[in-house]
Amino acid sequence: MGFLEIDRATKSYGAVKVLHETDISIDEGEFLVLVGPSGCGKSTLLNMIAGLEEVSSGDIRIKGRSMNGVKPADRNIAMVFQSYALYPNMTVRGNISFGMEMHKVPKPERETKIAQVADLLQIGQLLDRKPGQLSGGQRQRVAMGRALTRDPDVFLFDEPLSNLDAKLRVDMRMEIKKLHQKLGTTIVYVTHDQIEALTLSTRIAVMYGGYVQQMGTPREIYDNPANLFVAGFMGSPSMNLFPARVVDAGGAPAAEFTLAGGETALLPFAGDALAAQQGRDIVLGIRPEAITDEGGADRNSRAVHVVESPIEITEPAGSDTFVVTQWGGRDAVGRFRADVPARAGDRFAFAVNMEKAVVFDPETETRIA
Amino acid sequence: MPTDFTSQAVTAGTGTPAPIRKRRRTAAAPRVILYLILALFCVYYLLPLCVMVVNSLKPLGEITAGGMMALPEQWTLAPWSSAWSTAQVGVDATGLRPYFVNSILMVVPAVAISTILGALNGYVLTKWTFRGATLLFGLVLFGCFIPFQIVLIPMARMLGLMGIAGTVPGLVFVHLVYGIGFSTLYFRNYYAAFPTELVRAAQIDGAGFFTIFRRILLPSSGPIAVVCIIWQFTNIWNDFLFGASFSDFDSQPMTVALNNLVQSSTGVKEYNVHFAGAIMAALPTLLVYVVAGRFFVRGLMAGSVKG
Ligand SMILES: Nc1ncnc2c1ncn2[C@@H]1O[C@H](COP(=O)(O)OP(=O)(O)O)[C@@H](O)[C@H]1O
Ligand SMILES: [Mg+2]
Repeated sequence: MGFLEIDRATKSYGAVKVLHETDISIDEGEFLVLVGPSGCGKSTLLNMIAGLEEVSSGDIRIKGRSMNGVKPADRNIAMVFQSYALYPNMTVRGNISFGMEMHKVPKPERETKIAQVADLLQIGQLLDRKPGQLSGGQRQRVAMGRALTRDPDVFLFDEPLSNLDAKLRVDMRMEIKKLHQKLGTTIVYVTHDQIEALTLSTRIAVMYGGYVQQMGTPREIYDNPANLFVAGFMGSPSMNLFPARVVDAGGAPAAEFTLAGGETALLPFAGDALAAQQGRDIVLGIRPEAITDEGGADRNSRAVHVVESPIEITEPAGSDTFVVTQWGGRDAVGRFRADVPARAGDRFAFAVNMEKAVVFDPETETRIA
Repeated sequence: MPTDFTSQAVTAGTGTPAPIRKRRRTAAAPRVILYLILALFCVYYLLPLCVMVVNSLKPLGEITAGGMMALPEQWTLAPWSSAWSTAQVGVDATGLRPYFVNSILMVVPAVAISTILGALNGYVLTKWTFRGATLLFGLVLFGCFIPFQIVLIPMARMLGLMGIAGTVPGLVFVHLVYGIGFSTLYFRNYYAAFPTELVRAAQIDGAGFFTIFRRILLPSSGPIAVVCIIWQFTNIWNDFLFGASFSDFDSQPMTVALNNLVQSSTGVKEYNVHFAGAIMAALPTLLVYVVAGRFFVRGLMAGSVKG
């Protein structure tokens, strides 16, 4: 039995079902990230865990206790909001102590706790300011400080970093991860940023259209996406997904697809899951880092195959150069070493690690190999 | 109502560069004309008040002699004291004092209660919405615009049934019923822009319905409370129809008494006393504007939400 269990929970607003039957179960101390594009129901699910939204059907349990009908304040959770939601008329100290005051924590204890949290987050010198006098990053810290006073069973974060600028976001991301490692408290974290999801989580639930599309560790989600949506959403630059056809190449199955000039290329599959399926239309998925120059190919892989293909453009990105070509009528991006002399217009050898290739059914969009 | 909680842009310190001399000189001419016109309107609006004040400070003889516009030759406060405590109002020579007290007793509770209830209504309608909340708000709005005349007779019957006909509490009740519509409208629109996440955060912190209202919303409600109080105070203080319809001799508000003062003078019309009485009736609303207007501060919400 999990520490936090979401058991066939749904949410409807009137006739509109914004969250379909959802099952999630995580253990104590895990860092669960709910990730998905805007409007997919992440915040709704988080608010249901918090008790700010009622569950339309199903159940949510924390430590085995059903949360149906339990008020937010009685769930032993703490939440950090996207907009920080600091009380504008109270000082930072007031903001942090408000929750303890409401829970009738005696004053000396509150003071100790505030000092502790201020120390942990380095906001000691801000305690007597109003939220209006703080920068975005400072507000973010205060919002976290407010949550930290509770010693909750579960921390809930709703896109806590999305209002910060890029640099600060990366710093705070690291701090949140450190905080999790230090405290070991279970966290449920909502974001639309797949990089945040991959870097922070011990477990990811990818959501889309009110459904959990896939649930798993970051590695599982990244290497074995369950369907086209997850494959396309997770990873940056995103996975190359292009149409191909299964053919027989000397007794083993291979993917056949068109290049820019109309000629076709073959890539033999690493496994033989598609052996008896010649002629089947598929969507082939290969991550950019599995398409390299020949010298940069993974030496441990026994399924590196070379495709000669004209380069459309190159995008030098410092450490790597991203090289774009046309496969199956789509842009395919490869990640070359920075010093490879690849130039637009050249015909170049792309080394593809087929051990990392995934295959989807174009109709059902689910994974088939 | 322009109540934007989130967009208090940080503009301080981004001063525009000083304009070039030449441009300033050419810009001066329209500016002078503008100020002239404004001054003219200022005089136009202030003139009636000046006439009233001046005439309330001279003996009756100077007015009847035809010197309406002239300054008093002999300054006197007698008309004021007469209007306040000795003039004939209706049948009694009590001056306006008891009626002034009536008005205060009517307007203070009516304004206070309607403002508090309006704030609570606005809070519920925006932060604790329920099925049919929009419809309910529509009905409340409709209530704002029902003409006074339509409710006169049903209201008289209601007050009779409640046993408060012809009393000050009866008047308070009438104004309360009418005032809640407007105060609800004001607060609902104001709180609609209040970040709901603050309410949710407070809920998670363990604050209940009234605690959230008192500790989170009310401290940020200054500007709208001032607007609401000014509006309610002015309307209720100045009301004549309800006062005339639902009060007895001993519960008449100031406006009705002023009318009686002007009407009931036997023999000579004491214009100077009438002027003094009229100013007395107008002073409290003026005072409310002067005092409360200072609290018309924006920007109380800066920084609650992302910056
Ligand atoms: N109170 C509401 N009434 C109706 N629909 C809502 C309400 N709140 C959210 N929704 C809808 O539910 C869906 C999921 O919203 P949300 O959970 O906020 O998405 P996100 O994943 O961006 O956090 C959206 O399509 C949104 O329009
Ligand atoms: Mg959201």
